Amino acid sequence: MNLNLLILIPFLTAMAILFCRSLPAVRSIALAGSAIQLVLSLVLFYLFSQERMINESLMLFEQNIVWFKTLNINYHIGVDGISVSMILLTAFVVLAGVLVSWKMPKATGGDGEMGREFFFLLMFLSLGAYGFFISLDLFTLFFFLEVAVIPKFLLIGIWGSGKKEYAAMKLALMLMGGSALVFVGLAGLYLNTYTATGLHTFDILEIANMSINLDMQLLFFPFAFVGFGIFTAIFPFHTWVPDGHSSAPTAASMFLAGISMKLGGYGCLRAAVLLMPEAAHYYSGWIVALSAIAIIYGAFATMMQTDLKYINAYSSVSHCGFVLLGIGMLTHTAIMGAVMQMVSHGLMTALFFAAIGMIYERTHTREVKKLGGLLKIMPFISTVFVIAGLCSLGLPGFSGFVAEMTVFVGAWEQVDAMYRLATILACASIVVTAVYILRAVGKAIMGPIADQHHLELTDARWNEKMAAGILIIGIVAIGIAPFWLTELVTPGTTAIMNQLNGF
Amino acid sequence: MTDQLIDFFLLMKSELLLLAVIFIMLFMNITAKENADGTPVDNNHSILVTANILLLLNFLAGFFMNTSGNLFGDSFTSTELTAFQKNILNLGTLLVSLQSYTWLKTHKHVMEFYMLLLATLLGMFLMISSQHMLLFYLGLELSTIPLAALVNFDLEKKKSAEAAMKMIMMSAFSSALLLFGISLFYGTMGTLHFQEIPAALNGSDLQLYCLILLIAAFGFKISAVPFHFWTADVYEGAPVPVTSYLSVISKGSILFVMTTVLYNVFAGMGVEWYLIICVLAVATMITGNIFAVRQQNLKRLLAFSSIAQVGFILVGMSGQNTEGAVSVTYFIIIYIFSNLAALGVISVVSALTGKEKISDYKGFYKTNPMLSWILAIALFSLAGIPPTSGFFGKFFLLLAGAGNGNYTLVIIAALNMIVSLYYYLKIVKAVFMDANEEPIPTINLAFFPKAGLLICLIGIIVTGLASGSYNYIQELFASL
Repeated sequence: MNLNLLILIPFLTAMAILFCRSLPAVRSIALAGSAIQLVLSLVLFYLFSQERMINESLMLFEQNIVWFKTLNINYHIGVDGISVSMILLTAFVVLAGVLVSWKMPKATGGDGEMGREFFFLLMFLSLGAYGFFISLDLFTLFFFLEVAVIPKFLLIGIWGSGKKEYAAMKLALMLMGGSALVFVGLAGLYLNTYTATGLHTFDILEIANMSINLDMQLLFFPFAFVGFGIFTAIFPFHTWVPDGHSSAPTAASMFLAGISMKLGGYGCLRAAVLLMPEAAHYYSGWIVALSAIAIIYGAFATMMQTDLKYINAYSSVSHCGFVLLGIGMLTHTAIMGAVMQMVSHGLMTALFFAAIGMIYERTHTREVKKLGGLLKIMPFISTVFVIAGLCSLGLPGFSGFVAEMTVFVGAWEQVDAMYRLATILACASIVVTAVYILRAVGKAIMGPIADQHHLELTDARWNEKMAAGILIIGIVAIGIAPFWLTELVTPGTTAIMNQLNGF
Repeated sequence: MTDQLIDFFLLMKSELLLLAVIFIMLFMNITAKENADGTPVDNNHSILVTANILLLLNFLAGFFMNTSGNLFGDSFTSTELTAFQKNILNLGTLLVSLQSYTWLKTHKHVMEFYMLLLATLLGMFLMISSQHMLLFYLGLELSTIPLAALVNFDLEKKKSAEAAMKMIMMSAFSSALLLFGISLFYGTMGTLHFQEIPAALNGSDLQLYCLILLIAAFGFKISAVPFHFWTADVYEGAPVPVTSYLSVISKGSILFVMTTVLYNVFAGMGVEWYLIICVLAVATMITGNIFAVRQQNLKRLLAFSSIAQVGFILVGMSGQNTEGAVSVTYFIIIYIFSNLAALGVISVVSALTGKEKISDYKGFYKTNPMLSWILAIALFSLAGIPPTSGFFGKFFLLLAGAGNGNYTLVIIAALNMIVSLYYYLKIVKAVFMDANEEPIPTINLAFFPKAGLLICLIGIIVTGLASGSYNYIQELFASL
């Protein structure tokens, strides 16, 4: 399969949107485009599974085109199981995001609701994500990482709510800070590679086969890891998450938490751990400590929130901590758990934000105190909210349980006392998670009806039902039958483990 | 004899073509018709059309018949590289001319504007081709003094005159430094030929002193910190097209020359100038950015941001490898497109409404969506955000800088990118997000400014994604 299609489809969709005048036309094109993306990614998944049986090589469907010859920068793309799972996640979230945006959020600054610009930016954002996940060259990887920054800024700043300008600026600057660190890390890596032709290289597969000087690894690993870590809310650089997520319009929140934070985790694995394995061992204690802090801190911070979006945003900090914890543990099971947690959290948090967005659109409030008894008024939306909540607190049968369990099992394989302590703390956070999720569900969804005006509100429309349905299918598919996902990612994670144990 | 003559003409092709343009315009001025009462007929439109067509032809001619060789006792050289650099400046001048249409249409002295402008360009060409310190000095002066007159071209505005005064004082000062340096050089080496200097370098203290004077003179012209004090006032006071010209063409030409001089002529004192350039780069980036953050006037903001951009260019220059020279040249092309697109929008708005503050641009998107997108894309390119070419330019500059092993410098530069993103996004925020009761009214662009902006936009998008221009520059430098 030609992987360029994954970039081409969002690009063509975005271009087609530019030439549309009316909002319905724009919406339909965006919907068609994202539906094609989903179909394409499912086809990719199928073809990949077929090809995997007969093809042993790490990356499949590779293409390598020379871009900047004298700098040895190539447009090199290809996928392994980890990338395919990320691409599937992206396609699910993008389609759901387009569906929930059927009724446009209010825009400021321009004329009317600016539907054209909104969907154009959404498509551009998904283009960045797809490009990132298929890149096998650090230059293109970095290129697509930054492509996704500006659409987020504009989406939050124009269509957001609350302190949106502040949140947009904070997010853009912090992510740019992350990119700057990533740049230093990648440039340092590049300059310490030596190929047979005497040039340096950005090629991930080539660098993986080299041994980079240990001092240089130790110098540049923190840059790359923390840089990507900022994208996935590493402590103490998580502060953009609550502000950014809660100010963003629903679809943008879903994209941010569902896709964009996964760019960081994926980058940590692919660029930092895979290419600088010795440094990963050296710094693993730090990673584990920081992620344990993020998990605990995020969970307790969530307890204090009263705004539904803030609740989900802080819980994202906590949940993404599991991703970094899994990566930091450096055992095969834990890394696999990290990948599964990325997929699981992406789907679950997108569903959560979708449900919150639907509630907010109707009641115009996200304060838990002002909500109540929604189950009686809008049963569908409330059920979706409860499902997302249960998935978040790790109920068996949903994806959250499988992913977190795998991380914990993998973490327990590390026998060192410090790692054990971090694992225990992380496990303990699940109790806190249960507290805040059940409290939010109990107050907002169950209980007496808080506001009589809410009785007139309607339940979900077709587009919202479809969006929720798609995401729930994903969550349950992983929750009930996790083996397809583990089988998909195993060769990729095994390669990372070989790299880690290979010296 | 005829062969020699043809060679002569071909080698000086760019300069002679430019001279021809100047003379054609001069004759047009002399033969201009007068009204019955002795006042000149208002034929600004036809003058502008002629000028733009001539500049376009001049730019296109720059692609053909480029030969290499030396003239005037080896003090003037022409290579494919110099021809390419000159043509970049030709393109930039054409773009400036296109976007100044709105402003010049009602101006009384259009012809003088073009003659002064092209005279400075001629000076830059001489400078780029020079192989002798004196010819270099001649070119530098020719490119500076008419510029001061151009800065004063908003004839009714006091600020414009003040800016011109500041500029001429500062240039005189830097010229004095340069002349002092050159004369001391002559004392230590006995020659001013670029080809003979490398053999005569011995790294003595006196030569180091001369080198510092030389770099200081360069620093004045490219407004590197601490030689930047004139920049903001002059940029603010000058008419916007002149500001554009100053910030991209004038700077670009000096940076071309600086690369050649430092990389080829003073390669023997590489350790010394490397340190100086590093210090200048750090100071320039940080100061430019910190001052830009506080600006409310768009022109001043872009003035300081252009100082910061020079800092990034110096980072690339500190690489001391072919990639360094290539990335500097490559970035200048991108910088011309990006900065001229941003200033092009500002120039049109300023010419029609007189508004130049960031707060004036609130709600700009509502009334002028196209111009807003062009402005935003230009700013993203200046900030180095993909997929605009600014990303590629910055990436390669920093990569070249890191190639020398100085990672600290690159880390500082990378952190500075964040600061610069902040003030560029501030403008984007005003344009796209802030509501405004009285936004700038919808602007109908004339053909020429529209064409100029379109070329810039295409340049911003294509120069980076298509690797052709980078590879071409690489070949040019590799063939030296």
